[in-house]
Amino acid sequence: MGKSINVSLIGNPNTGKTSLFNRLTGLNQQVGNYPGITVEKKEGVCKIDRSLKAHILDLPGTYSLNTTSIDESIVVETLLNRNSKDFPDVAVVVSDIENLKRNLLVFTQIKDLEIPTILVINMADRMERKAISLDIDLMQKELNTSVVLVSARKNQGIDELKKAIANYKQLTTEPCMNASVIDTEYFNTLRNTYPNQLVYKLWLVITQDVNFGKLDRNRDIEDLKKHKFDIKSEADLKKMQHKETVVRYQFINGLLKKVLTVDKVNAKDLRSRLDRILLHKVWGYLIFFFILLLIFQAIYDWSTYPMDWIDGTFASISSWINSTFPAGPFTDLFAEGIIPGLGGIVIFIPQIAFLFLFIAILEESGYMSRVVFLMDHIMKRFGLSGKSVVPLVSGTACAIPAVMATRNIEDWKERLITILVVPFTTCSARLPVYLIIIALVIPDERILGGAFNMQGLTLMLLYLLGFGAAIFSAWVLNKVLPIKRKAFFVMEMPAYKLPMFKNVAITVIEKTKSFVVGAGKIIMAISIVLWILASYGVGDQFNGAEQIVTEKYASQNLSQEELDQKIASHELEYSFIGYIGKGIEPAVRPLGYDWKIGIAIVSSFAAREVFVGTLATIYSVESDGEEEQTIKNRMAAETNPILGGPLFNFASGISLLLFYAFAMQCMSTLAIVKRETNSWKWPAIQFLFMTAAAYFAALGAFQILK
Amino acid sequence: MSNTIAHLKRGETAIIKEFDEIDVPLKLLEMGCLPGNRVTMMQSAPFKDPIYLDINGTHLAIRRETAVKISVERHG
Repeated sequence: MGKSINVSLIGNPNTGKTSLFNRLTGLNQQVGNYPGITVEKKEGVCKIDRSLKAHILDLPGTYSLNTTSIDESIVVETLLNRNSKDFPDVAVVVSDIENLKRNLLVFTQIKDLEIPTILVINMADRMERKAISLDIDLMQKELNTSVVLVSARKNQGIDELKKAIANYKQLTTEPCMNASVIDTEYFNTLRNTYPNQLVYKLWLVITQDVNFGKLDRNRDIEDLKKHKFDIKSEADLKKMQHKETVVRYQFINGLLKKVLTVDKVNAKDLRSRLDRILLHKVWGYLIFFFILLLIFQAIYDWSTYPMDWIDGTFASISSWINSTFPAGPFTDLFAEGIIPGLGGIVIFIPQIAFLFLFIAILEESGYMSRVVFLMDHIMKRFGLSGKSVVPLVSGTACAIPAVMATRNIEDWKERLITILVVPFTTCSARLPVYLIIIALVIPDERILGGAFNMQGLTLMLLYLLGFGAAIFSAWVLNKVLPIKRKAFFVMEMPAYKLPMFKNVAITVIEKTKSFVVGAGKIIMAISIVLWILASYGVGDQFNGAEQIVTEKYASQNLSQEELDQKIASHELEYSFIGYIGKGIEPAVRPLGYDWKIGIAIVSSFAAREVFVGTLATIYSVESDGEEEQTIKNRMAAETNPILGGPLFNFASGISLLLFYAFAMQCMSTLAIVKRETNSWKWPAIQFLFMTAAAYFAALGAFQILK
Repeated sequence: MSNTIAHLKRGETAIIKEFDEIDVPLKLLEMGCLPGNRVTMMQSAPFKDPIYLDINGTHLAIRRETAVKISVERHG
């Protein structure tokens, strides 16, 4: 295969940049991270023609090259660093026909960096309906670029875009306007001091506060920052940036007057009609509440079928391995350690996929911004921003992307509080624990005329509890934290769109895959360690278990099967893990748990979803794995050694649910919080606060209900 | 000031006048909030805050505390 070039996709949020990226790369894409920071890096490969391959980078959405967040500084960083392996051979600026004016701002800035640039005008299929016409030839001439009309949604113009990319060598790098008129003298000084550097690049380095991460710059530029910054005061620079924006808009307005005609504006369009209902002071909130209710009911009801199937399948695989392969430690490791442990995570794929599906649809359709708008005033009272709603809702999938989603909250205090309370929301890792406990202790009955399932409602209550805990702690933190607010809040309200199947599908597949692979690795490792600890031990009680148990029950006439069961339990009790568990037991007994649950809780401090896998592994070792049993049946069969009756009863079940609702049991989240807040102080506070809340809530619940 | 964006009634349109750079974030300028541009009050959220504007075709939401800093000129 021939040459490969770098193409960067740049553009405002909501221009369909990601749809275009998906069109160009299909499933031929991967999501990683930029080195050292947690910004998602989306790249993919596109075959341009027979001899040319394009490596396409989907840069985070940005309104300009003036950065206010870590995501935006990535864009600037990529475009400034000519030595980076990601530096584009050609930049594709994606704009949307209805917001052309605003979208062109960042285009004019990129042109000033003298990078070969193509302007894509997306959603061109709306031109006719909106009575918009455009003089493309004149536009190409005025902007010194090629302009391509595209509809990513309708799959139009993609070939033309590829053709334009293939001809990238013919693109001129000449800017389309002169922004240095805002202060000619100042820019001339810059030009004369650094004759080898692009003057606009120097300007960006001077004005951008890009020390969010570790950013490599060449020494020349370090020098510039240090010595030349004080030519102008901060306030002067800010004034100049405002002026620059005004000058760029003057150019754009002048251009659009010449090339763009809009015959009539349809005022009563879909947007205003939908907004009237969705932002209504009563209907707006009711609709939001019912959408949430629908999501939780759906997660609970629809995913039961694939989950039962997966649970059964894994139980069959275990017993198949046991009966097919010769007995021995290796077979045991698979049948009792790895397979049940993996089953504990695979079983939750349907629910996690559903959750990601709903969140993707809410984001894609433009509805999420409406929720932000509706909630801002309420959230502000608790020290949060309306934009905190997005992290809080996406926190129901996973706290890690949720913590990252706080980056577009402008105010540091609002952002910090959001980061600290987001882990209270019910993430998908809690779901496994909730579902299995709910199935065990809450009756499967319908109430309110059969409309709602009790178990589904309990799940909804747990989600509300998570939100409640988050909001309450935010209120406390807002009172306690001695940080001054200097908030401003600006949010685009995008047009409503029908979510594109391809975008939603790719999001769901990518996110679910990375969740399962990420969690799968931890669970696999923990399962193996647990199995070893549970299968081996030292001392007479462990090694002589068979003899001790046989003598103890000699008078009771037990069947061989019952006797085997007793022996296995005795062995487990005196295995390594038994000793560890007994050590923990005094701490967890007041909460209604036995030592096995204690082990499961301790191991789930690595990640919550390990809980079910851990119990599955422990019970599986105990039952010798010969008969086929699902995880749920095994848990239902456990009895409380002290109080008698089922171990998982209403009181201990509620206690466990509360413990998992509040406890900070996720190392990855703590790591992300450390990165985003740049200190260990906040994750440490978060961990102690949440875990203490969990312990006392669980203690209280069990002692009252037992 | 009683002639600011915050004082516009629902559906009312006005022209943005000068404002102080210190009070208005650059991001808002980038989204088209510039002197001379047209601004329409689309609606305000329940509890009157934030407010939903159409500035020169861009739909955006800002808080009332920012809106009171931007003065406008109303047409008769």
